[in-house]
Amino acid sequence: MTQAVQAAASRTVPSGAAVRLDGVSKAFGPLLALDDVSLTVGPGEFVCLLGASGCGKSTLLNLVAALDRPSAGTIDTAGRRVALMFQEPALFPWLTVTANIELALKARGVPRAERRGRAAELLALVHLAGFERKRPHQLSGGMRQRVALARALALTIDAEPAGKDRAGTLLLMDEPFGALDAMTRDLLHDEIERIWRERNLSVLFVTHNVREAVRLGDRVVLLSSRPGRVVEEFPVPLDRPRRIDSPEVAALAGTITDRLREEVGRHGA
Amino acid sequence: MAPDVRTKNDATDQESSRPEARPELSRQISGLDALELGGETRRNPAARAWSAVWPMASAVAIALLAWQVVVWSGWKPSYVLPGPADTLPELGRQVTTGSFWGAVGLTMQRAVLGFAVSVLVGTVVGALVTQSSVLRRAVGSLITGLQTMPSIAWFPLAILLFQLSEQAILFVVVLGAAPSIANGLIAGVDYTPPILLRAGKVMGLRGLNLYRHLVLPASLPSFVAGLKQGWAFAWRSLMAGELLVVISSHTSLGVLLSQAREFSQTDAMISYMIVILVIGIVMDRLFGLVDDAIRTRWGLAGD
Repeated sequence: MTQAVQAAASRTVPSGAAVRLDGVSKAFGPLLALDDVSLTVGPGEFVCLLGASGCGKSTLLNLVAALDRPSAGTIDTAGRRVALMFQEPALFPWLTVTANIELALKARGVPRAERRGRAAELLALVHLAGFERKRPHQLSGGMRQRVALARALALTIDAEPAGKDRAGTLLLMDEPFGALDAMTRDLLHDEIERIWRERNLSVLFVTHNVREAVRLGDRVVLLSSRPGRVVEEFPVPLDRPRRIDSPEVAALAGTITDRLREEVGRHGA
Repeated sequence: MAPDVRTKNDATDQESSRPEARPELSRQISGLDALELGGETRRNPAARAWSAVWPMASAVAIALLAWQVVVWSGWKPSYVLPGPADTLPELGRQVTTGSFWGAVGLTMQRAVLGFAVSVLVGTVVGALVTQSSVLRRAVGSLITGLQTMPSIAWFPLAILLFQLSEQAILFVVVLGAAPSIANGLIAGVDYTPPILLRAGKVMGLRGLNLYRHLVLPASLPSFVAGLKQGWAFAWRSLMAGELLVVISSHTSLGVLLSQAREFSQTDAMISYMIVILVIGIVMDRLFGLVDDAIRTRWGLAGD
């Protein structure tokens, strides 16, 4: 009931969060991975989470995706559909491209008759129409990652037909383009930006690439390492579309990099 | 003048690569895809068949030659060790007789039955072990121990329990083959890539669905490897069994083999050995085909 009210509120009131983390800590035995992290992603907002190794980025996403529970604090996604995408495509190699997506739709409860059509729609969205019958290994790294994106988006589709507004969708991305070459990554930045707008997604995007964070984010949140804490937030006031090689992006990335290095330096001898 | 023109061009390029320019982005992405996939080359089937056949044919030719050389050396008299020239015609004569095929039929029937029971037992045991850590600690090493135990060592007990009967043979065949099959399944489940498990959990696959859609397909290559090894053990156990457990009026390949030895028909004896070897190779190729099909499907094939 409360969830329904909150979800309804989030669609009408712009300030309602897509996800709100409040004082979240996570310890693995004696190791504190996350310490008192408070963070909000607004509906339709693109937030980049930036940090060096050991900042607990992946732990944080696991918590938001409810794959794990926080040791302290609360995470409120207000009943939203949460999809998670990894650095590896993690597609099932024994299934064709379309079957990979159809399986996600099936897990989502989409009726059999609709799955093929929905999968085709999603593949067209990521520019992969015509590759339905291929198997993951027959595609390039960038193409596989787009299939993974389509599969993640499949998890945000409601089982009930039509009319559902997708503002309720939260997409978590864990360094999704980290393993790709620069050319492919650049094009996929354009892709994800387009899809984010078209589908009105809320995105929490983890990366350790500062320019990528500035290229994509409405806001860049800098985390410290061991334990992960929010150090500083940088709004990105640049107009879209941006280019990763533009001077404005480079300038802000420079500022953030300095701050990040300072943070990393604290762990030196 | 010229630099001005270039700046202008650069500006339009920038414009066109922006997300608003949808057709342009589509074109660039499909262009990159086409480049990355590259040209698929396919060799013609005749060349492929030839490349599969010639190494095997050469190996057979070399083996026959080596055999012939030993015979020529006069190391043993020809009634003890006949050459290919004597044996192969005998083999050719054997395969035209009904009694030979009857024996092969009986042996294959035992092999298939024994293997089927082994698959059933091995799969059930393997599945139970993957599900329970207590059971794994209890019998995990035992399974591997059984796998390494020569099956011929079971026969004295089997004959005491079941006398000279089909059951005695079946008992030993299953004990020989089931552990490999169980281990194949266990290894497959254990080595399901964690990233796929994570992806499955994000999708909301739980319990039975997780097994049906993720863990079982992911363990298939290892399971097939277990089946293949299980078959090899079943075949070896069966041959030992047929030599030891001779049931009157049940003429099997093993019985033919020991009869040939008793009547000093060395050429026939070697013929039966060749038949046993060939059946082993054919079955191995069948499992190999299944394995290749899986590897090709998954993109694990080297070629």
